[in-house]
Amino acid sequence: MPDSFYYLLQQLLNGLTVGSTYALIAIGYTMVYGIIGMINFAHGEVYMIGSYIAFIVLAALALMGIESLPLLIIGALVVSMIVTSAYGYSIERVAYRPLRGGNRLIPLISAIGMSIFLQNLVRLAQGSRDIAMPNLVRGGLDIGPTTGFHATLSYMQIIIFVVTLISMTLLTLFITRSRMGRACRACAEDLKMTNLLGINTNGIIALTFVIGAALAAVAGVLLGMYYGVINPYIGFMAGLKAFTAAVLGGIGSIPGAVLGGLLLGVAEAMTSGYFSAEYKDVVAFSLLILILLFRPSGILGRPEVEKV
Amino acid sequence: MSSVAPLLDVSGLCMRFGGLLAVNEVALQVAEGQIVSLIGPNGAGKTTVFNCLTGFYKPSAGSIRFRGEEVSGMPGFKLARKGMVRTFQHVRLFKQMSVVENLLVAQHHHMNTNMLAGLLKTPGFRRSEKEALDRAAQWLERTGLLEFANRTAGTLAYGQQRRLEIARCMVTRPTLLMLDEPAAGLNPRETADLQELIAELRSEHGLTILLIEHDMKLVMGISDHVVVINQGCPLAAGTPEQVCCDPEVIKAYLGET
Repeated sequence: MPDSFYYLLQQLLNGLTVGSTYALIAIGYTMVYGIIGMINFAHGEVYMIGSYIAFIVLAALALMGIESLPLLIIGALVVSMIVTSAYGYSIERVAYRPLRGGNRLIPLISAIGMSIFLQNLVRLAQGSRDIAMPNLVRGGLDIGPTTGFHATLSYMQIIIFVVTLISMTLLTLFITRSRMGRACRACAEDLKMTNLLGINTNGIIALTFVIGAALAAVAGVLLGMYYGVINPYIGFMAGLKAFTAAVLGGIGSIPGAVLGGLLLGVAEAMTSGYFSAEYKDVVAFSLLILILLFRPSGILGRPEVEKV
Repeated sequence: MSSVAPLLDVSGLCMRFGGLLAVNEVALQVAEGQIVSLIGPNGAGKTTVFNCLTGFYKPSAGSIRFRGEEVSGMPGFKLARKGMVRTFQHVRLFKQMSVVENLLVAQHHHMNTNMLAGLLKTPGFRRSEKEALDRAAQWLERTGLLEFANRTAGTLAYGQQRRLEIARCMVTRPTLLMLDEPAAGLNPRETADLQELIAELRSEHGLTILLIEHDMKLVMGISDHVVVINQGCPLAAGTPEQVCCDPEVIKAYLGET
């Protein structure tokens, strides 16, 4: 195999790593949009808070003298998911539910306000400087010749793939098999009708915010450890990227969000690898503009049919 | 009306949209086990009355009592749990879900939705799941849709979709069923089947039914009581025979023959 093949493989692996975390965040956007038709622009901040909680938990566990790697990662994931779930629930309860039923722009503005509030809350509590996440997972698997150029799949990347895969499998099982999942799908099709059949739709809406927040926390923990640096502003860009991923795949569709996330991650990695890293955001948002121009319903989205 | 308190007692109902008074002082009583029809020309405010009754709109004035309890402005899911369900003029099925799933969703609040019980598949959880499936199968059989149980609801023919909607209402175990133009778009044979089904719902399942309908043959054939509204105001009320002969009703709605 020529060197160029391993180079390509490396870019692909890097792209899929970042892309799978985009997908995790994008699911939160797409589920909320699917049910109440609004973009929760505070979702990126939930991801950022997830990263911070992970940092705090890792530091606390290290102080307690715990060194087992699985324990550290699972601890960070579980605590982070629980805390961000509370954030997700509260955001919906405080910033969106009182405004439901009004003009669509109003919750959107409320979302932007919530996003600024959360960003500054973390800035005040944790400071605005970069925080270095401890580099817990070192090394990786070499793919290709031992001498010369080869691709590396780091152990951290493997962890990201495995955790993402588990999260998505659990989500899929929940949505397709469980009663609550069935109620979620019903809400996504017709919220008012679901309500009139005796289902507390406010409860279901709150549940989607909680699920979205928990998945964003998973992404926050993983990406925080992968990049090694966090600050209160990472939520903005991650949120925009995940939003782009959700639109790319077809907003409202969960498989679409996953596909969009992976595509976006790979597109960014390829741009960085073959062109210049400075242009990766340009490519990501150009993709957004192109998809909005030529296929506004996204890759897997259904075109909106006018109700008669 | 009889001395027993009616199941549904609406009085002085008003609904105002800005400067438009869509419903003006409408009164309506439905006794347990009755079939009552609400008729009137297009735009008379019939559906607005329904929307007030089912919590879609919060009425500007008036009272809605269900079993003696004031329910106006109550959220829809609470009304459904009290036993009031409705259909719409147009079909509102969960079109991307299977036929049987439509009926399972409607039983959601009757089932044990505890997440832990679901994960562990406790005996109570299994039992409630089986009951829900049995009930769904029973109503699919009655509405002749059993063979389509696993089809996607959106792929059914129109008449079948309408029947599935009634089945979906029935699995919620209602006491008052409100049907908004159930015969719209049905052919004469399907309408006759529908009439039979509605009559059966009352006689065999003890249901009370409130109906909005334009098909006069259907209305006159099954109603105990008919209420006519015109331009938001009550025009007449009485037995089908009384209403049929009322000169005001003929002028405003039925037309000279």
